[in-house]
Amino acid sequence: MSEIVTTQPEEIERPTGPVAAAALSTGIGAVVLGFLTTLNEASTAVHDFLEFDEDVGPLSGKTIIAVAAYIVSWAVLYGVWRRRSPALRPLLVLAALLVALGILGTFPTFFQAFVSE
Amino acid sequence: MEFTSRETWTLIHGLVIGSFFLLAFAGGLAGLWSLRTEYVTPAGITERVRRLKIGTTAMALAAWATVITGTWIVYPWYRESLAGEDAAGCQGLQAPSGDCSPRDFLLSNVSGQTSDWHEFGMEWKEHIAWISPMLATLAAFLVFYYGAALARNRGTRMLVLVVFTAAFVVAAIAGIFGALITKTAPIT
Repeated sequence: MSEIVTTQPEEIERPTGPVAAAALSTGIGAVVLGFLTTLNEASTAVHDFLEFDEDVGPLSGKTIIAVAAYIVSWAVLYGVWRRRSPALRPLLVLAALLVALGILGTFPTFFQAFVSE
Repeated sequence: MEFTSRETWTLIHGLVIGSFFLLAFAGGLAGLWSLRTEYVTPAGITERVRRLKIGTTAMALAAWATVITGTWIVYPWYRESLAGEDAAGCQGLQAPSGDCSPRDFLLSNVSGQTSDWHEFGMEWKEHIAWISPMLATLAAFLVFYYGAALARNRGTRMLVLVVFTAAFVVAAIAGIFGALITKTAPIT
């Protein structure tokens, strides 16, 4: 019981920066994936560029770049915010918006509307 | 009764790792929902949080393993171009074969109107699935970061629940389409 009581104030006072960094990087990873998925349909040059692996096709480039954006943005934002406490709510809303945009970008009815002629 | 190498990998991707992720969600959800100071003793909270850390980490790893095996091992077999421009290799078939990959088979419409399974189902599944491990990793991170404070702070607990549920919903969309597509055009 004493363990819980003594750790409580410490836990509440933890900076919000690491949480904001983790949430925002998730949104960045998702939106990059959605953006590349749509761009892949709109441009044959992008389609060819994203074909990092012949067997997997352009999905290889989309996922590698999206995961790289996710990891790099998390590392950078964590480095910047690890001891800071930015206002969490607007950043969480932004992260949710980015994830929603990412999902929209991966939705076939949406990205197939951008198919290049 | 035996499985080919491709069938085995398909089972590992969808039935073993994928199902573990989807089923473990129920346990994690119950654990998070009931993690409240009014329901659990302090000793119980410590034990629950330890279990949640293990569970959410395992789920995040399972989500990454599912999308990596799916994209880099199983998907190339699905999308092989074997049937030719006019889908001649698929003519008269009721299921994919050595001359007609699952993608060829679905797009050929030789066994009914099946092209939507690829053009909508597979196209969405192969992309949206990758958002799930990022969300699952975020949920695991939040459990580690807040720890026992989750039991006292309803707002942070709700945040974890929302992220955790979003990871599940995204994975479920991919999983359901994966199961239905495999039923229509299995990888053999």
